Amino acid sequence: MFNLDDYISIVGENEISELRLISEKLRGKSIVNINSTSIGGGVAEILNRMVPLLKDMGVNVRWECIKGGEKFFIITKKFHNALHGKKEQLSKEDFELYLDTVRDNVLSLSLDADILFIHDPQPAALVLERNKYKNRWIWRCHIDLSQRDENLWNFLKPMIEQYDASVFSAPSFTQGLLHRQMLIPPSIDPLSDKNKELPRQTIDEVLSRFKIDAERPIVTQISRFDYLKDPVGVIEAYKLVKQYVNCQLVLAGGSADDDPEGVKVLAEVRQKAGEDPDIHILCLPPTSHIEINALQRASTVILQKSLKEGFGLTVSEALWKGKPVIASSVGGIPLQITHKYSGILTHSIEGTAHWLKQLLQNPEYAKKLGDNGREQVRNNFLLTRHLREYMLLFLSLDHPNETLIYF
Amino acid sequence: MELKMASAPFRFVTQISITQITHWKAKNIHELLSCLKEVPGSVIYHHTHRFLKQHQFLSPEPPNDFAYWVDTALQDEKLAEKLFAIDTIRFPTIRDIREKIIQTIENHLISYNNYHDAPEGDEFYFKQSISFVLPTPYEAWNLSEFAKALKKVSINSLYHHIFEARIRPPLGINDFSNWFETALGETKLAKDVAKMDPYTHTLEGLRQQVIHLVERRIQEMMRV
Repeated sequence: MFNLDDYISIVGENEISELRLISEKLRGKSIVNINSTSIGGGVAEILNRMVPLLKDMGVNVRWECIKGGEKFFIITKKFHNALHGKKEQLSKEDFELYLDTVRDNVLSLSLDADILFIHDPQPAALVLERNKYKNRWIWRCHIDLSQRDENLWNFLKPMIEQYDASVFSAPSFTQGLLHRQMLIPPSIDPLSDKNKELPRQTIDEVLSRFKIDAERPIVTQISRFDYLKDPVGVIEAYKLVKQYVNCQLVLAGGSADDDPEGVKVLAEVRQKAGEDPDIHILCLPPTSHIEINALQRASTVILQKSLKEGFGLTVSEALWKGKPVIASSVGGIPLQITHKYSGILTHSIEGTAHWLKQLLQNPEYAKKLGDNGREQVRNNFLLTRHLREYMLLFLSLDHPNETLIYF
Repeated sequence: MELKMASAPFRFVTQISITQITHWKAKNIHELLSCLKEVPGSVIYHHTHRFLKQHQFLSPEPPNDFAYWVDTALQDEKLAEKLFAIDTIRFPTIRDIREKIIQTIENHLISYNNYHDAPEGDEFYFKQSISFVLPTPYEAWNLSEFAKALKKVSINSLYHHIFEARIRPPLGINDFSNWFETALGETKLAKDVAKMDPYTHTLEGLRQQVIHLVERRIQEMMRV
C-alpha cells in the first residue's frame, strides 16, 4: 500500500502539502463511507486506495459495508440496471425487501459519525434513519442517471432528497435534485500496476509475446468485447486508414467466456478482421494490468470508439501514458478531452479514420496532443485531485449557502 | 544595503475549489443567452476563469468555456472566435464580463441567426465553484522573503492573489501590487506587476515573471 508522500514525485510537493493543509481542517470530524461490497467493482477499488491515504493524513475515516441476502443483491442489481436505463421488472415486494434489508443493517453500522458518505443506491435508504442523529449525509452516485427508469426513480428520489448533498461524476449524469449537486469525476491511480511507469524491457516482452511488431505504428483500443464499445467500428476505421499507413491494430479486452453477448461480439470482430495478420485480437484475464499498461505504452495512437460510455476512465489511463487519444464524444469522455488540445473527439467511423490518419501522418501534432493529455490528467484525473475534492466536499457541508469560504 | 521592511507582512493564502452543478443548461445559442442573463455572477466567473487552473499546462491555451462550446457543440466558428477574443482583463467586474459576452452573442445573432441544437449529450451545463481560502505557512516582510516564498507556494495560491484578488476590493488590483504599493511604497514595482496580462500566461509563467520583476528590483536596491 502506498502513502501520500509516494505521490510527490508525480504531482509535486505543493499539491501534497495542500492536501495536508485541508486535512487539518477536518480534524475532530468522523467520516464513514458505506457501500455494498469491499471487493470488486470501481467503488471498492477507489475506496481501497483512498481510505488508507485519508488515514495517512490523520483524517478519522472508516469504510463499512451493508449486508444483505442473495435476493437483496438481485434487487439492487436490478436497481443498478434500471438506473442505467435498462427495462427491469420491480415489484412492490422488491421495494419492501430492499427497505427491510437496509433497516436490518442500521444497528451494525456507525451511523453516528459526523459525516455519512453513502455510495450508490444499495445503502441509500439508510438516510431514512437520519432524524435520530445530528449529522450530515452525502449520497455519492457513480451511475449515469440520464436514462433512468421513472418508476424506480420516483421511489428513490424522496430518499435522495433527504441527503444534504449528492455527488455525480459528470453534469449530464445528474437529475434535478433540490439540494447541492457536486461534480467530482473519478480518478486513476498513477502508482497502480495499470498506470505505473514500465521498463522498456517489459513493454518489448509483452509485444513479442503477442507477436506485435514494435517497428510499425500500433493503434490500440482497450475495452471489453461489447457492442457499446464498437470494436467492429474500430476495425472499419482501421481499414480506411490501412490503405495509406502500414499500421497494426490491437483490440485487447477481457475474456468473454462467461458473457454470451461478449462471445457473439468477439465472433463478429474475428469475422470482420478476416485474415489480416496486422489485426491482433487479444482476450486477456482480468488481472492483466501490466500487459494492458505495456500495450498502451507501446501504442502510437489509442482509440476509445464507444457508442455509449459511463465515465470512460480508460481514456484518462491512455492520456496518462502521454498517448494521442481519439475517442467518441459520449458519457464522461468530453470532460477528459478538450478537442484538438488534449486529444480528439469524434462522432463517427469516418471521423475516427480521418483523425487517425492525421495523427499517424503528423507525429509532431500527435505528440503535442499526448503531452497536453498527460498534463490534463495530472491536473484533473489523478487520485490526489479526487482526495482533495472529497475533503473539500466534507468541509462544504458546514457552509451550505456559501461559494467563498475563508478558514 | 538592507532591504526595506514592510509595514505589514504579506501572508500567502491558497484557494482551492470544488464544482457545483447548477440547474441551468442550454442546448442552443438562444438558451445560452437567456441563461447568461439569469445565472449568478459566480457561474460566469467559473466559466471564464476555470480554465486558467484546469488547463494551466496546455499549449496553446484553450478558450473559455462559452467559446469552446459554441465552437465544438454548435459549430459556429465565427461566434466562437469573437467569444474567445474577449479580453477578460479589461473588465473590472464580473458584471462587465457578463455584459460583454451577452452583447457579443446578441450582435452576432443580428446577422447570423443560429438555431442549431447541440447534439444530444453535448448541452452546456452551467456550474459554479465553491472556493476555500486557507492560510499557508508562507509570509514575507521584505522583497527577498517575498521572492523566496513565491518560488514555493502552489499555483492555487498564485491564482488567488492574482485573479481572485482582482474582483475583491480594491477592485482590479492584484494582491501583490497592492502590498508592494501600500506596505513597501514600491510604486513602480506595483505598476509593473499590475501591467502584466495574467490571462495570456500560464500560472507557472506568471510566477516566473513576477519573480523576475521582484529580483530585478532587489538588484537595483542593492546597487544603490
